[in-house]
Amino acid sequence: MSAGELTGLSLQAASARLAAGQVSSRQLTEACLARVAATDGRVGAFLTVTGERALAAADASDARRASGRASGPLDGIPVAVKDLFLTRGVATTAGSRILEGFIPPYDGTAVARLQAAGAVLLGKLNLDEFAMGSSNEHSAYKPCHNPWDLSRTPGGSSGGSAAALAARQCFGTLGTDTGGSIRLPASFCGVVGLKPTYGRVSRYGVIAFASSLDQPGPLGRTTWDVAALLSAIAGPDPHDPTCAARPADDYLSALENGARGLRIGVPREWFGGGLQPEVEARVREALATYQRLGATLVEISLPHSRYGIGAYYLIATAEASANLARYDGVRFGLRAPGVRGLKELYAESREQGFGAEPKRRIMLGTYALSAGYYQADYLRAQQVRTLIRRDFDAAFTRCDVVAGPVAPWPAFKLGEKTGDPLQMYLADIFTITCNLAALPGLSVPCGLAGGLPVGLQLVGRPFDEATLLTAARALERELGPPPAPTALEAKA
Amino acid sequence: MPLSIDEVRRVAALARLKLSPEEERLFAGQLSAILDHVRELESLDVSGVPPMTHALAEGEAVALRPDLPVPGLTPDEALANAPSRQGTCFKVPRIIE
Repeated sequence: MSAGELTGLSLQAASARLAAGQVSSRQLTEACLARVAATDGRVGAFLTVTGERALAAADASDARRASGRASGPLDGIPVAVKDLFLTRGVATTAGSRILEGFIPPYDGTAVARLQAAGAVLLGKLNLDEFAMGSSNEHSAYKPCHNPWDLSRTPGGSSGGSAAALAARQCFGTLGTDTGGSIRLPASFCGVVGLKPTYGRVSRYGVIAFASSLDQPGPLGRTTWDVAALLSAIAGPDPHDPTCAARPADDYLSALENGARGLRIGVPREWFGGGLQPEVEARVREALATYQRLGATLVEISLPHSRYGIGAYYLIATAEASANLARYDGVRFGLRAPGVRGLKELYAESREQGFGAEPKRRIMLGTYALSAGYYQADYLRAQQVRTLIRRDFDAAFTRCDVVAGPVAPWPAFKLGEKTGDPLQMYLADIFTITCNLAALPGLSVPCGLAGGLPVGLQLVGRPFDEATLLTAARALERELGPPPAPTALEAKA
Repeated sequence: MPLSIDEVRRVAALARLKLSPEEERLFAGQLSAILDHVRELESLDVSGVPPMTHALAEGEAVALRPDLPVPGLTPDEALANAPSRQGTCFKVPRIIE
């Protein structure tokens, strides 16, 4: 098999070849590194490539396998993680100048579990600064480009995590999702992305943005790949006091169970104004496919959906303003030179280190929490959050999953929305309620609109990732794998 | 309700941000537009609705560790990213004049 054919495999297929002795982890890793070297100048998915470490890890995996001690489907598989995950000894920036040169002294739990499962870490992936954004354009380092059309955004904030998969640079990635940051890029780049239930995957060692909404999760080119990655990272972690104690499910065993008998809730509020007709057509076709497979469609209502963006931008920014208070130039990160006094050290370091979007959100969150506004804004937003959660609780008495679009449109042009923050925020209009309700949500490819990928969103009951993955697999099996993007090949 | 420049400066001071005059003007406009959108929430009757206080459902058990001493970072590891240090301390500019 040529290096190009190797990098085009799914994680599942690569894993099967490793197990059969048809390929080594070193060969896979070298093929991925070569692919990154050949394409990433145009994609911009990686902020750091850890080539030597990766090759050493690949050799260690091959040695384990040779002695009969290979540890499972991820052993020897090249992966990469969003640069929001702490990686011991490897620079971690959160896409921000304020953390330039920061070398974490420990691994985050999800990263540690991937590595314990034998996965080979290729490097750290591009993102919006502190995961704040929907287009990856708020990265302080470089923009990331959509492999389907290099003039378009891969989505954000986990833009690099989706673009690297679409560009065939690795076999699996981790991202984080606070308001849609896994599902939106997965939709825009034609890959599968899962935002687990709040508390399913440990947040330990994931740089915090909004602590009651943030959730790490996997992205892959297929549902099997995502299920395998989730199996490795999910489960209780004593290092994260918000991580659920219940054990993780076996996400692979039920994957082929099909959609027969599944009750799919279709919220009328998610098909409203602003949804592009061609995107709606792909989503409706996917729903019709489910009917053909034996699922039932149930019309439901999530009446408070329209308040999601408003509640989110008070709660998320309030939490962000508190979480980002730690960047003060004292213990790590950027310190402004030549300042007098501690107050000036804080203010100057933050002014120089933060980009426009974190500043905007810190300002909004500080405002929402300040005297005179807390009751009117922040507390009300938390009440609205309860109403949104109740909407879903009511819906799940009549259906097993909720289905709709991930975003109103396919990937938009770079630069199209950077001048108007509110327009950018509206990219998350269909994904954000899932975070507010702390539910699991997934994006699975459901076809193309204008030559660009469209994702179907599935939202499930708390801790029912298994049903989401099984439902997504049923559609994937029916539609077949999405074609590989050709934008990179045309100019190669 | 547009945000005044004075209001922007008050919030920036609370947030320990030193904004440039251009940023103050830009944020006054942008934050006003976002707050206008957010204020749509005021049209909802939320009387009697409890605020969500935890993202985990009530009764969901969390994983707690046993209360036992475990090794942590060494002083050198903890200080490895310090912009300035002296011995085992983070060094900052003079606080008391």
